[in-house]
Amino acid sequence: MDDGVNIAARVGSRKNITLWLGAVLVGVPLLAGLVSFVWTPYALSDMVGGRLETPGWAHWAGTDRLGRDILTQLMVGARVALVVGCGAVAIGAAIGVMCGILAAFATRFADDALAAFFDILIAFPTLLIAMLVVATRQEASLGTAILALGIGLAPIVGRITRILTKQVLGQDYIVAARVCGTSWPAIVLWHIVPNILPFLGVNLALQFGLAVMAEASLSYLGLGAPPPNASWGQMLQEAQGTVYSAPWGAVLPGLALFALVIGVNLLADGLRDRVSSQRGEA
Amino acid sequence: MLGYILRRLVILLLSLFIAAVVLFALLRLLPGDPANALVGVGATPAQIAAAQAQLGSDQPLGAQFLGYLGDLARFDLGQSFVSRAPVIDEITTRLSVTLPLTFAAFGLALVIAVPLGILAAVKARRWYGLALSVVSQIGIAIPVFWLGILLVYEFSLHLRWLPSGGFPLRGYADPARAVQSMILPVITIAIVMSASLMRYVRAATLEVLGSDFLRTARALGESRTHALIRHGLRNGAVTVVSVLGIEISTTFLGAVVVEQVFSLPGMGSMLLLGIQQRDYPNVQGVLIISTLLVLLTGFLADIAQRLLDPRLRQERR
Repeated sequence: MDDGVNIAARVGSRKNITLWLGAVLVGVPLLAGLVSFVWTPYALSDMVGGRLETPGWAHWAGTDRLGRDILTQLMVGARVALVVGCGAVAIGAAIGVMCGILAAFATRFADDALAAFFDILIAFPTLLIAMLVVATRQEASLGTAILALGIGLAPIVGRITRILTKQVLGQDYIVAARVCGTSWPAIVLWHIVPNILPFLGVNLALQFGLAVMAEASLSYLGLGAPPPNASWGQMLQEAQGTVYSAPWGAVLPGLALFALVIGVNLLADGLRDRVSSQRGEA
Repeated sequence: MLGYILRRLVILLLSLFIAAVVLFALLRLLPGDPANALVGVGATPAQIAAAQAQLGSDQPLGAQFLGYLGDLARFDLGQSFVSRAPVIDEITTRLSVTLPLTFAAFGLALVIAVPLGILAAVKARRWYGLALSVVSQIGIAIPVFWLGILLVYEFSLHLRWLPSGGFPLRGYADPARAVQSMILPVITIAIVMSASLMRYVRAATLEVLGSDFLRTARALGESRTHALIRHGLRNGAVTVVSVLGIEISTTFLGAVVVEQVFSLPGMGSMLLLGIQQRDYPNVQGVLIISTLLVLLTGFLADIAQRLLDPRLRQERR
């Protein structure tokens, strides 16, 4: 009978662990990606080792079928994942937040039209939109992948922004601000943006996970960034052929991807709980 | 209800129209004429002009667009640049691999997710209820193609139980081998999909467990199990059906990716081959048919939800 309450209490006590575990799982690839800008164990495309060497002192994660160091590729892959994730979320947020706020402010008719448009676009899965954009470009590149995923995420961000903005617009303090003569742009800047930011931030974290996963799928299919960028998806595609003789080459990139995505999800879960409890809604 | 179906149908057609416009614009605004992809390097101006006439790309954009819409309405997707075969025939052949894969995987995912999701909610305070939720959280973050590679390693290369990929040349005329080559792909997709479905089923069950109508039913003396079966299933199903459209679409796209892991000749490999060979009619055909299927699924899921829940039928939207 009191299941809901007890579960809520128990879940609450677990949230700090969730947050910390998430932070660690995101922090490690973040650090690896940042370090890769200044230092990697070997140069990315140097065939320094023997082919398919097992992990050891010289090559901590072994080498691939061309003798390239896998740890180096993993670090660069972390960089690619973060750049693509952040880039796609930034583009999606820029378009989505603007359209979402505009829709919330628009006339009834324009708002309905925009809301319906978001719903229509959301029906297209992000990966399908990304494939479409990549398919029509002559050359796949990192920029194309970021742009494609950003466009795919935009309607999702737009819909949630519209809903959050409408909630804030219904509050008494907006009326009070209007009575005091605050202009609409100032209201957006001082009241709406700060109020929707926490919830939007949690949602953007989830979108980040989606983007990273979609980028890996694209590169696995060969539609992602071309070879000098070692993406985890691309590493998996290359290692698949040698999975029997060198399983670590196929296990490690997938594990890294898996850890990053689950880390982001845990972090978002933990943050959502923080945000709701601070606002007395837990 | 009829009014809702009609309204929803208008949205469906509108979405398809938007998709067609976007696809048309993206493919026509490419630098260079699509005819160049047809004739190859070093063609004479006369050959290029002939190719343009064949494709209709020498006509004004407006006329091209109208012609394109007319062709789509008749399911005429043009001819492949490479094989010269009608695109729609190729797609039909490919779908005979992708659709069974999608539906088998989705069915298996439902069979796994519904009982486990309900169990995770009902026994949320036991260790195994908790463990089930954690497992589903983990499952959601697993990259589907990675899981495919790991399963190939274990069950094909290590244990040698199943083929690691490929599809019999004779297709379903060789039923035993066709089914064998589908087992691992189906399991791969089903594991990942059941994790995300389980989360929805669990959330829906928890909502039902905390509802007033269930408390009333319990107060009237029904046992928890009985009350859940009698009142909970349909109420919970409404919530779950609302996400089924998106989940089936995700399964379909998962199938497109997983086909690549197991080298199955489905829609995914047709798309990738088309992109590599600049075979625009094929690429366009795959994308438009995939979009159609995704939108149709959403449409059917919305209708199913109204059928299940009389409350939604009253509501105007």
